[in-house]
Amino acid sequence: MDFSLLRNIISRYCAGEENWVDSRTVYIGHKEPPPGAEAYIPQRYPDNRIVSSKYTFWNFIPKNLFEQFRRIANFYFLVIFLVQLIIDTPTSPVTSGLPLFFVITVTAIKQGYEDWLRHKADCSINECPVDVVQQEKVVRTQSHKLRVGDVVMVREDETFPCDLIFLSSSRDDGTCYVTTTSLDGESSHKTYYAVPDTMAFKTEQEVDSLHATIECEQPQPDLYKFVGRINIYKDKEEPVSRTLGAENLLLRGATLKNTQHIYAVAVYTGMETKMALNYQSKSQKRSAVEKSMNAFLIVYLCILISKAVINTVLKYAWQWSPDRDEPWYNHRTENERQRHVVIRAFTDFLAFMVLFNYIIPVSMYVTVEMQKFLGSYFITWDEEMFDEELGQGAQVNTSDLNEELGQVEYVFTDKTGTLTENNMEFIECCVDGNVYIPHAICNGQILSAASSIDMIDSSPGGYRREYEDLFFRALCLCHTVQVKEEETVDGIKRGIHQGRPTSFYISSSPDEVALVEGMKRLGYTYLRLKDNYMEILNKDDEIERFELLHVLNFDSVRRRMSVIVKSISGEYLMFCKGADSSIFPRVVSGKVEQVKTHVEQNAVEGLRTLCVAYRRLSESEYQEACHYLTEAKLALQDREQRLAQAYDVIERDFVLLGATAVEDRLQEKAADTIESLHKAGIKVWVLTGDKMETATATCYASKLFRRSTQILELTKKRTKEQSLHDVLFELSRTVLRQRSISGLSVDCLDFGLIIDGATLSAVLKPSQEVSGHGNYREIFLEICRNCSAVLCCRMAPLQKAQIVKLIKSSKEHPITLAVGDGANDVSMILEAHVGIGIMGKEGRQAARNSDYAIPKFKHLKKMLLVHGHYYYIRIAELVQYFFYKNVCFIFPQFLYQFFCGFSQQPLYDTAYLTLYNISFTSLPILLYSLVEQHVTIDTLKREPSLYRDIAKNSLLRWPVFLYWTCLGVFDAVIFFFGAYFLFDNTTFTSNGQMFGNWTFGTLIFTVLVFTVTLKLALDTRHWTWINHFVIWGSLLFYVIFSLLWGGIIWPFLNYQRMYYVFMQMLSSGPAWLSIILLITVSLLPDVIKKVLCRAICPTATERAQVSQKLLPGSVAEVTPLSFRRSYKGRSTDSTLLHLGAAETLSLHSCSPLPQKLLAHLAEGGGSDLTSLSPYMLRLSGAGVAYYAPGPETPV
Amino acid sequence: MASSYKDEDGHITVSGSGAAAGAGAGSLRSKKPENTAFKQQRLPAWQPILTAGTVLPAFFIIGLMFIPIGIGLYVTSNNIKEFEIDYTGVEMSSPCFTCAQNFSWNSTKPCTCSVPFHLDQPYESNVFMYYGLSNFYQNHRRYVKSRDDSQLNGNEESLRKPSKECEPYAKHGNKPIAPCGAIANSMFNDSLELIYNDPNGTKVQIPLTATGIAWWTDKHVKFRNPGAENTNLTVVFQGTTQPVNWRRPVFQLDSDPDNNGFINEDFIVWMRTAALPTFRKLYRIIQRRSNVHPTLPRGNYTLEVVYSILTEKPRWDPVFLLNERNPDYPVRSFEGRKRMILSTISWMGGKNPFLGIAYVSVGSVCFLLGVLLLLIHHKYGNRNNAAEISH
Repeated sequence: MDFSLLRNIISRYCAGEENWVDSRTVYIGHKEPPPGAEAYIPQRYPDNRIVSSKYTFWNFIPKNLFEQFRRIANFYFLVIFLVQLIIDTPTSPVTSGLPLFFVITVTAIKQGYEDWLRHKADCSINECPVDVVQQEKVVRTQSHKLRVGDVVMVREDETFPCDLIFLSSSRDDGTCYVTTTSLDGESSHKTYYAVPDTMAFKTEQEVDSLHATIECEQPQPDLYKFVGRINIYKDKEEPVSRTLGAENLLLRGATLKNTQHIYAVAVYTGMETKMALNYQSKSQKRSAVEKSMNAFLIVYLCILISKAVINTVLKYAWQWSPDRDEPWYNHRTENERQRHVVIRAFTDFLAFMVLFNYIIPVSMYVTVEMQKFLGSYFITWDEEMFDEELGQGAQVNTSDLNEELGQVEYVFTDKTGTLTENNMEFIECCVDGNVYIPHAICNGQILSAASSIDMIDSSPGGYRREYEDLFFRALCLCHTVQVKEEETVDGIKRGIHQGRPTSFYISSSPDEVALVEGMKRLGYTYLRLKDNYMEILNKDDEIERFELLHVLNFDSVRRRMSVIVKSISGEYLMFCKGADSSIFPRVVSGKVEQVKTHVEQNAVEGLRTLCVAYRRLSESEYQEACHYLTEAKLALQDREQRLAQAYDVIERDFVLLGATAVEDRLQEKAADTIESLHKAGIKVWVLTGDKMETATATCYASKLFRRSTQILELTKKRTKEQSLHDVLFELSRTVLRQRSISGLSVDCLDFGLIIDGATLSAVLKPSQEVSGHGNYREIFLEICRNCSAVLCCRMAPLQKAQIVKLIKSSKEHPITLAVGDGANDVSMILEAHVGIGIMGKEGRQAARNSDYAIPKFKHLKKMLLVHGHYYYIRIAELVQYFFYKNVCFIFPQFLYQFFCGFSQQPLYDTAYLTLYNISFTSLPILLYSLVEQHVTIDTLKREPSLYRDIAKNSLLRWPVFLYWTCLGVFDAVIFFFGAYFLFDNTTFTSNGQMFGNWTFGTLIFTVLVFTVTLKLALDTRHWTWINHFVIWGSLLFYVIFSLLWGGIIWPFLNYQRMYYVFMQMLSSGPAWLSIILLITVSLLPDVIKKVLCRAICPTATERAQVSQKLLPGSVAEVTPLSFRRSYKGRSTDSTLLHLGAAETLSLHSCSPLPQKLLAHLAEGGGSDLTSLSPYMLRLSGAGVAYYAPGPETPV
Repeated sequence: MASSYKDEDGHITVSGSGAAAGAGAGSLRSKKPENTAFKQQRLPAWQPILTAGTVLPAFFIIGLMFIPIGIGLYVTSNNIKEFEIDYTGVEMSSPCFTCAQNFSWNSTKPCTCSVPFHLDQPYESNVFMYYGLSNFYQNHRRYVKSRDDSQLNGNEESLRKPSKECEPYAKHGNKPIAPCGAIANSMFNDSLELIYNDPNGTKVQIPLTATGIAWWTDKHVKFRNPGAENTNLTVVFQGTTQPVNWRRPVFQLDSDPDNNGFINEDFIVWMRTAALPTFRKLYRIIQRRSNVHPTLPRGNYTLEVVYSILTEKPRWDPVFLLNERNPDYPVRSFEGRKRMILSTISWMGGKNPFLGIAYVSVGSVCFLLGVLLLLIHHKYGNRNNAAEISH
């Protein structure tokens, strides 16, 4: 990215002209504009070569080495290695050089291979054939030879080779369909439009005759934004200018669909395409575990340095007398003697550093990385998180945050599409105060929604009739829905569907589809958009045609959209639909009050409401509007802003027609998930752009608010009456009072807070008042901290991120998680510690930007409570254990210095020093950190409260760290002094022969390896065959290695110090006895601590382990218990609803099955419903459609 | 309604998978994960819990096993007879004082001192004779590495060109030193003799065996004389010189060709560096001759220490000259001590009461903990279970 930026800067600099620095001019077909035209500064563009590879053959080694040594662990290794090379150190450079070399080589090979693959991929992309129009002919050339200004022909199912401006299509209406799966993951077909003036060009000749230039902005990474202008020169006339927008720009990486071929001209090539600009990786998030790991590391670094300093000082104090420094039997060389004492001391210091350097577990980084990388596969492999409907399981975009999932304190969730299905169903509409409910038709069955009176039949004519017609037409016209013709195999099925040769609707907004579908059921069918005419089949089976003049697109700021159409009779009509808050202020007449009450009523029921209004435009008004719009659209700069202004001017003086209500069902098990999260001590916040009433209803349905929840409101409505300041103080008083009471009673009332966007921005706004109480932020946070659930409605996307940031930076620094499905959630997903994307209907943007992507909201439960929990305890043990085992390893060496004249004599052999962390003790902990389950998955799911046991990084706090370190020091002291007293001045063998220092070291090392491995074995709760294999295997490996290492004279070594040392040790009885004794003593304190803690104050997790043990695999015993618990949580009403639903089902599907079902339901109740649902699914689609809302209907 | 949506979904899946085949983002879509026990983290597992109840038996077992083992070890260790005598000769009263102080360089006759001692008990089985040094840092790093293992293994090249690690004991003059290094140079060279003073007045020299004191593998594999086929060591070591502190060249260490040169057992024993600054090394073995008589009967003995001159001309080193006027193996400069130890050996080696005591105490601690845990188990164990069930 840096390069392209640089290039941009350079090109800008070279372009030199102040007006057009931010734009480029493209000559279509490389034809110079006629002499009369403005003179453009020619710019140089890169060719269409895509370079995703990082290295070339020549720079691979230096660049790769540089990259690798930027990592702190490798660098540390390198420094130690260099020190060992330079000075005379106790251990050979091999001890650190070999692992370093190994790690570097493996990484380099891996990266080299990946880069080679990238090279190959680049090559195949760069060399793939492209059809270019040259001299009125289509010429095949290679992709990388493409230049800006080339006219390209793309055929169906081909991928666009670069960013292109769409000139003409084989379709008559100048459109083409495109999927952008590889860009943003959205698989829906999107429509792109050709430039209107060129869409008539059908042949190469025609296209080649085009004489035009395109002015457009310099490349920028936003996929959905493009501003440009095309100037077409015809016969020396003034050029015709057309605006170009994102709808004209075909992006590299997208694929042409349902269109035979298109012609387009290249504007951005190679590394300047939007796809290439989007390659950049997201900013790195670091987990809390990593932070504490680094803190521990610093402590150990201090220990290391102080050890080295202590030893150096003691050494010089000890060898003050020359007989100690240089006894007659042990002289220095002349060189050494002549060295200055300061240099000698410094060298000694470095040598001690080298000797003790293993206390910094460098291999921990490698192991942690492997654990994270391999461990994340368990998320993708999880079958329970696989969604059949989507055909996808969970995705891991970054494995760095696995353990953070176990630390979440705040969950920020979007509502639409996350809590709810985003599967809209048109429920009713209200036209001018009268309610219309469409036939509840599903698969031809009429369901027993008895109140569905088709009011259209009975509706009176006249004035009201006119409103009605306008209303339905408004809904049929005011949308951006596309009609998808049948063409695939699936079409056969759809063709049968409802007995008509149908087409179906596609839109980026499910609401719109629901509305158009709803209209269809009310008798008004939107047929298609053809040649800018929208065709409607009205109730009398007549086709009405409206000319579509302008679409004022929806945006989340305006929260409305409009269309301007011209009817056959020549009337100009503007229809507008949007959120009530954005419509009502612009309405001048209509039954506002009635509609308003109805809208509110609907919203309370949890329905999504939209208001519909229209305005008749006179010819002059239309021209004026047209003028505004074209001017804004043609603008090259600030187009967005100017468009918004234009919309604001045009969309006014509406006549209110009515309102619609669309239901968005709660996602399956959303309530259960939220309940579990609550039990796990996680605070759930819902952030939504929806109305307060709708959102509140959803919150009740999803158990975010319970009946017992006391709702605190912090909304515009309230702040109107009182000042914000008063409201805030009152609320905080309420909350604090409650807290002081609840200190006594356990079963306290919990609070729910509702806040809206406007109030929030007022709260967050830095206060103008100078006086002390100006800081609302703190009061607000205080209130929030005491609320178990918070609902923020009417939020703009950026506000969502603001809230996350606010909580994130509050003084406890809680770990936050944001979950959402749409583009509007991206900002909060990126802001939160952990961002989770739902692979929803609103495209893949959220999933793309998230750290983890899951198919459904319900999967969050397993993600946090099971996976997060496991990853956390695994990595916590991993980190602590690594520090522990390295203390055990190095501390005896430190103690040995006191007995060898501080001469840096290593206690262990080089091979042991090198391999201890690499192979003797690495695999057991790695496997532990991959497969350990201290409680079973089922227990974790059943008892969400276990999550509280690990909250706030509880396993990596300083006391725990101190315990592990002390344990390590204790064990080390036992190893060393145990061996010291056993070894002291005595014979160990039965033939009277003596052992030397290497046997002493080997004895300690053997005890060490066995102790640390058995310590891990004691910590292991979940003994699968893998654990057995690895733990016993690595002990066996140690023994075999030692036998081999001491078994022969190794020709490549210049010392044979280990020859037969291990065997001699094993042949001695006392050695065996001391090994057993020392291992027992070292393990004893930890066992006692474990047992006592468990007996005296067991944690919830430990209790769960015991209960799990008491009822081994007894589903029969566990289920009723858990059921009773969950049953208590659910309201009786919802259970009744289940039964009601089942009953309805039995009535309508008329099969004997429901008897069994009902019986089962009565027995199993709510908790078993899910297990039944696949069964019920098979009954009939309709049944499920009706059944599903049952459990989640607001109560 | 719902079904029409499902259609749309269905469509998405179809077109999506089609696109995925070609597009780079194909990895976004994956097939249903395999339902294997490993991937679903449902591998069958043994799940032990360390509760008071489960650990209890282990503690009792450890206690019951360790205490008898400990007692056995202690008794064995107590049955081992060990006798130690210091012959450094620092004190005026010590018989070795004269030798240690007044031996002159010019004397050609070695100085001998006799240290009388008395054994209270007869030594029945084989007796092992050790020499012990204290405050001697054989584990000093500079010392430990100052050797050339390939030279000692008979490598001709290393014989002529000793490793740099041997500095400053690698070369003397222009000649390579064999064996090179500080360890070899400082080889212990007091010779000890044991004389039994028979009650009837005769002095019987006790035969000492010098073989079997070094590790078998060291003697036969690790240490080898150069020039495997050539038995004439004088020729083999031609061109090398002896370590500066040595009196004799390496090929004159012993008259027995199987114990000469690098494979001299005294030399090999010395070359195995000790772990701690106070150490003992096996010097000789007193073999048991007959089943009737003890190897060393009760009575009075004399230890005869023959101080040999370390080197004939140690003038090359001024430090040595200044400090050492002593012909004996010099330890007084670093406040060292020299001892002679006689010890019998059991299956568990030499006298080592510590191991037995440690076993007994660890066993008792375990046993006591077991009792403690039993109490805790009774007090808390039931309560926890009850709490769990009510919970």
